[in-house]
This record gives sequence, C-alpha cells and structure tokens, in this order.
Amino acid sequence: MATKTDIASAATENAVTLSKDEILRYSRHLIMPEVGMEGQLKLKRARVLLVGTGGLGAPLGLYLAAAGVGKLGVVDFDKVDFTNLQRQVVFGTKDVGRPKIEAAAERLGNLNPEIQIEPFETQLSSENALEIFRDFDIIVDGTDNFPTRYLVNDACVLLGKPNVYGSIFRFEGQASIFGAPGGPCYRCLYPEPPPPGLVPSCAEGGVLGVLPGIIGSIQAMETLKLILGTGEPLIGRLLLFDALGMKFRELKLRRNPDCPVCGDHPTVTKLIDYVEFCGIRGEEAPAQQTSVPDITPKELKARLDRGDDLYILDVREPHEYQICNIGGHLIPLGDLSKRVNELDSSREIVAHCRSGKRSSEAVEFLRKAGFRKLWNLKGGILAWSDEVDPSVPKY
Amino acid sequence: MPVKVLIPTPLRAYTSKQDSVDLKASTVGEALTALTAQFGDLRKHLYNEDGKLRSFVNVYVNDEDIRYLQKDKTQLNDGDTVSIVPSIAGGNRR
Repeated sequence: MATKTDIASAATENAVTLSKDEILRYSRHLIMPEVGMEGQLKLKRARVLLVGTGGLGAPLGLYLAAAGVGKLGVVDFDKVDFTNLQRQVVFGTKDVGRPKIEAAAERLGNLNPEIQIEPFETQLSSENALEIFRDFDIIVDGTDNFPTRYLVNDACVLLGKPNVYGSIFRFEGQASIFGAPGGPCYRCLYPEPPPPGLVPSCAEGGVLGVLPGIIGSIQAMETLKLILGTGEPLIGRLLLFDALGMKFRELKLRRNPDCPVCGDHPTVTKLIDYVEFCGIRGEEAPAQQTSVPDITPKELKARLDRGDDLYILDVREPHEYQICNIGGHLIPLGDLSKRVNELDSSREIVAHCRSGKRSSEAVEFLRKAGFRKLWNLKGGILAWSDEVDPSVPKY
Repeated sequence: MPVKVLIPTPLRAYTSKQDSVDLKASTVGEALTALTAQFGDLRKHLYNEDGKLRSFVNVYVNDEDIRYLQKDKTQLNDGDTVSIVPSIAGGNRR
C-alpha cells in the first residue's frame, strides 16, 4: 500500500487566507469536502516546480495555475516554434518566436493573477538543479529527453522531494510518482537510459497531439492529490496508457534496495554529467557524421544542374516522402539491408533524410557493404529547403 | 502454456506492427526466446551483446516485474500476460 504524503501541511503554516475574489474563483473546489477551505489554502501555500513547458508542461501549467497552486516555478530555455502548436496548448500562434517561459508566464498569469509565477529561463543542469529545486515542495517532470529526466530524478532523490513523472511516445504514455518517502525512483524502474543508437529515430517519433494533454493532466491531478493529501497517489505504481486501444494498465513498482541513487547503499550522492551518462555527445553533430563525406545542398544542386549522374537515395519513411521529396529513390533506412541489391555500386549515391542523421547511418552502412562512391546530403531535406528550394515544405 | 506478449509502441516496428503476440511458453525466458525467434530484429532491442535483458527494458508478468520474481525463469500460467515496457522520452526528434 502506498503511503500518503501531505506535502503542504509539512510546510510552515503561514497565515494564508483567501480573498473574496479567490473564494469566488475557487468556489467549485471550496464546495467539495475533499478540498474545502483547508485544501484550497494548502494549494495556495504549495510551491510546485514545472520542468519544461512542452507538450506535458502545457496542460500541467494551465491546470495547476487554474487550481490555485500558490507558487508555480517554470523552467525552460526554448523558443516557441510552429511545430509546438499542435500539442503545446499554452501557446498561441502569435507566440511563435518568443521565449517559451515568457509566453507561458503571460498566459498563466492571465489565467490566474492570484498566483505567483516564478520563471527560470535556463536549461536545467547539474550546476543549477539543486539550487532551483530547493525552494519547491513538488517537482513535476515535463521533460522530453533522457539526460534531463535522470537529472530531475537524482536531484529529487538527493533533496527528498517527490517527482511527478510523465512520459509520452507517439500514442503511448507512462505516469508515476517517484522519490516519495519509501517509494521507488526512476532509476529503480530504469537503471540506465537506452544508448542513443537504440532510441527510436525521428522516423519513428512524433506524438498524437492530445496524448500529452492526457498524461500531463494525470500528472496535474497527482500533484493536486499530493498537495491535498487525499486519495491514493500513484506511488509504487506505473500507469501505462495506450491511446489507440484506449486502455489504461497499471504495473507494480518497487524501490530497488540496490538502486544507485535511492538504494540502501547509494553510489550516486551528487549530481553527475547526465549528457555523458546518456551517451549523447553533441546534438548538432552526431558522432558518425564526421566520418561520412558530406555534400551541401548547393553543391548537389550545382552537380545536378551540370548533368552529373547521381543516384539520390531517400532513406526516410514512406509517410515522410508523401509530405515532401526531391525525387529521390525511397528505401527507408530500416529496409536498406534487405534492399541493398537494388543499388548500383558503380554509380555515385547521394543519401538524404530529413536532417542528415539517418542518411549518415545509411552511408556508413553502405560503406561497410562495399560501396565507395557515397555522399551524405548535409542537413537533409530541411537544408535543401533552406538553401536550394524553399517551395519544399519543412516538417 | 498459451500466453500473450504485449509489444510496446517503439518495438512494434520489429513485430510487423503487431501490438500483441500469442505464443506458447512455460517461462518468461521461453516466451522471449519464442518471440525473438519469430521476430529476429527484436533481439538487439531486448538483449545486449552479453545476451542479458537491456537495462532500459522491463518485463512484467501480469503486473509484477520479473526482476522481483524469478527473472527469466519466472513460471507462466495459462492466460498470463507478459508486458515489455521500455523507457520512453517522447516528443523529441533527435
């Protein structure tokens, strides 16, 4: 049985009261005995930090602000772009190009001017995480990458703060609460991150827009329950959601006594280098790309205009080819080993994908298979659109 | 024993898009062996070079983690559900 935690009551009981306006605003909470005046004051005294204002952070921020969480910290360093709007409902079209933190703070402040919003326009790191987390009671993880996820987990365990976790992939989501007293942490569930090569590539990525709304709302609900000290929190349980099957399942989680962070004899007692831990070297220039011969979009265009005999190999997925293409021969990266005999090693081959990462893997594979006249289109079809043909849509 | 193995979204690319696979096995190890015999590409996503289950992939029998049962020797009963649950960190296109 999971232990109930009552975060806010442990905090110092300031003489917090509700104004007449606040009583009206929160009336649908106040008339519920499970919340009532006492619960609403707990919410007002609560200090919650939201890491990330992306797909999960958007509904989280909106619901926590609306519910009257007194101090809402928000950490992000990104800018709003057009591809965010399909799911990050805290932003509007006019916010494109603005810092996320600024746009989110404005929207949340407009939704509920009674609360205090504390923006941190920075990338969460091993250097600043403990300092930022210290002033909050609950940390909500709305991140989208493994290094930050392990960082948030470890910092929460080191500080003894609950970590309300959510994660999404395409049409599947996970949620739980880590780092609660006696409960498991993220490393008890997954001791190590996947090596970068096995993380699904952008071909298999993407997310159905409503999914983060569902998982983020579950995180918001669990956050309110922790603050109110009511119900059965999602501690020691991993909730799995499959949107396509519209099924929820629940798995048991246990604290691992051998866990390197929260176990009986922890070996991780301070924050580490999480980028290194996750084996990611440089996001802009994937390791393989340095050894692969590049051709720039402009060079490729010039050679095609000259009439050079080049075989353009598109290693993206068929549904991406439908979005846009530059007339290449489509063999998805995953099928390349089976269909390599379709290629003529006597011709020069220029491989491309969306951004250049998958095609560099394709070039590497073909080189090992004995091909010699190989090029990787630098920056992929995105760079082609930027530098050669702006009529090719970017996605 | 007839059992059902549930395949998570990220691994469905290697199971001909099937979200579950029905097979016969008396232990978890047998079930995963049968599964990877049927879908060879799945193997490197479930096991590391030493043939051990990868540390970002968990396997459950019904709602119990096999790490806290008898691992791959965990017995299966008729109608049990084996779930493969890898870590996910969605949204991001790296």
